[in-house]
Amino acid sequence: MTFALLFEQLLNGLQFGVMLFLMAAGLTLVFGIMNFINLAHGSLYMVGAYLAVAATQWTGSYVLGVVLGLAGTLVVGMIVEVVALRTLYERDHLDQVLATFGLILFFNELVAIIWGRAALFASGPAWLQGQIDLFTGSRYPLYRAAIILVGLVTAIILWYVVTRTRLGMLIRAGASNRTMVAALGVNIRLLYTVVFGFGAALAGLAGLMAGPIYNVQPGMGELILIQVFVVIVIGGIGSIRGALVGAIIVGIADTLGRAFLKPLLGTLISPPAAESAGPALASMLIYLLMAAVLAFRPQGLFPARGG
Amino acid sequence: MLVLLALPPLVIALGQPFYLDLVRRIMILAIAAVSLNLILGYGGLVSFGHAAYLGIGAYAVGILGFYGVTNGWIQWAVAITASALVALAIGAVSIRTSGIYFIMITLAFTQMLYYLGISIAEFGGDDGMRLNAKSQFAGLVDLNDPVAFYYVVLLLMLLAVFLTYKIVKSRFGMVLRATKSNEARSRAIGFSPYPYRLAAFVIAGAMCGLAGALYANHTNYITPGLMSWQQSGDIMFMVILGGMASTAGPVLGAFALLLVEDLLSGWTQHWQVILGPLLILSVIFFRRGLAGVLYKPDA
Repeated sequence: MTFALLFEQLLNGLQFGVMLFLMAAGLTLVFGIMNFINLAHGSLYMVGAYLAVAATQWTGSYVLGVVLGLAGTLVVGMIVEVVALRTLYERDHLDQVLATFGLILFFNELVAIIWGRAALFASGPAWLQGQIDLFTGSRYPLYRAAIILVGLVTAIILWYVVTRTRLGMLIRAGASNRTMVAALGVNIRLLYTVVFGFGAALAGLAGLMAGPIYNVQPGMGELILIQVFVVIVIGGIGSIRGALVGAIIVGIADTLGRAFLKPLLGTLISPPAAESAGPALASMLIYLLMAAVLAFRPQGLFPARGG
Repeated sequence: MLVLLALPPLVIALGQPFYLDLVRRIMILAIAAVSLNLILGYGGLVSFGHAAYLGIGAYAVGILGFYGVTNGWIQWAVAITASALVALAIGAVSIRTSGIYFIMITLAFTQMLYYLGISIAEFGGDDGMRLNAKSQFAGLVDLNDPVAFYYVVLLLMLLAVFLTYKIVKSRFGMVLRATKSNEARSRAIGFSPYPYRLAAFVIAGAMCGLAGALYANHTNYITPGLMSWQQSGDIMFMVILGGMASTAGPVLGAFALLLVEDLLSGWTQHWQVILGPLLILSVIFFRRGLAGVLYKPDA
């Protein structure tokens, strides 16, 4: 195991981590503000990926594809909120879980009807195809580096919007006391729809960036959704800072586990045993990590304090 | 009830053994739903990972069969014990939390087991494993006979409903329901919720493990898909659709959901695009479940 390989895998972990963060931020924002648990968040990730692929093919331009994909996911998110989810804010979490479970079935099947069940091929733009030199003897794909950059910039923008702008102030106020904010003359329903739409757009952003790396197929959202749950449980629900830290921990732990656990186990136990135990343990690693965090801090690493 | 008893002779007379198979599958999943209802409906624990025990029960039968142990008593006892132990481990961690955390954690642990099932190549991995012989109950009953197997499942389903009813009416069940309706008060009168919830969680896991053992015998084939989150969601829906807080409700829910599924899937390949919105509508407008419509809930 050379240093260059370790470094590359660390970057891959970071790249996976920022994608998890984009998902977790939207989910945790919606939960923190509306007390609403949205299982269909993974569907919005999928919708983002599909819309971007379709729009890129239609317009022939990657940038336009991304813009249309993002706008489309935002609109889909808002429509879903207004049509189906709005009535569920006052219900308990069980009803929310079940209704959004229904939404997942609907979206997965709808996508399968429109684009078919087979995985779609998505490619990044030509100007992101190359590699960059990190230091001597180590190169890293430009596309993945761009994802890391976009993710970190989004995190900063999000932090700025929530803590430093009027919209952010309204969002935080709405989270602590809905009735009072409404009494002060703010259209809280509209605010909720906007927040939900933004959460959807963040998921869509993660999805359309994931397209060229992972498969674009029905059900792609649920795989990442459950990992995002692990992130949120580790980070502390409702907290954007927790989502960022949790996402990077989970991203790096998962990637390093998949890359190095098998050879590492091979030095401890017999290679054939490590051959089957390595991947099994690697796929369980983040869940064991979650259990360990819960054993010490049941509220997660950064319990929410209204922001 | 009477319909279920009379079904096998009827469908055989009509030459439609397919329905025997369908109803048997529904009843097996109804056992899983009844067990989930114990913790969900009466304990207020929204477990989104109940399919885990279905999978463990099924794999217990499959793995023992793989090593040549086909004795049904041993297989089923191991299925129940293994599910109970896993439920104990998962419950011990997750019951420390509540609300939304509990939902996510139970889901995450089940997903972990799902990946474990996928990654162990020895037992089929992603493709699943074949069950070479059904569980053997020498001299007592032959599960290869579809009608006999049907009655075994029916009997066990009724037992599961009866057992849940007894548990709910017992002192233990009373405490469990008290912790659901008001945790602070039940603490104040001296009942710490944790041990009661954990015990209920383990009982529910064990019961669902039996359903898993039955399911393995039903399909003769075990895949990690049994532990998928969709399966957990399905079981949960059966409970809600049938009506929580009535012991027989989940059975109604299982029949309603799976019959609708069967109907839609016979109609169009894309049945989920219809089922999804149906489920959403049932959550929004149909709050007391089928049992609430048919009779007054007994809790």
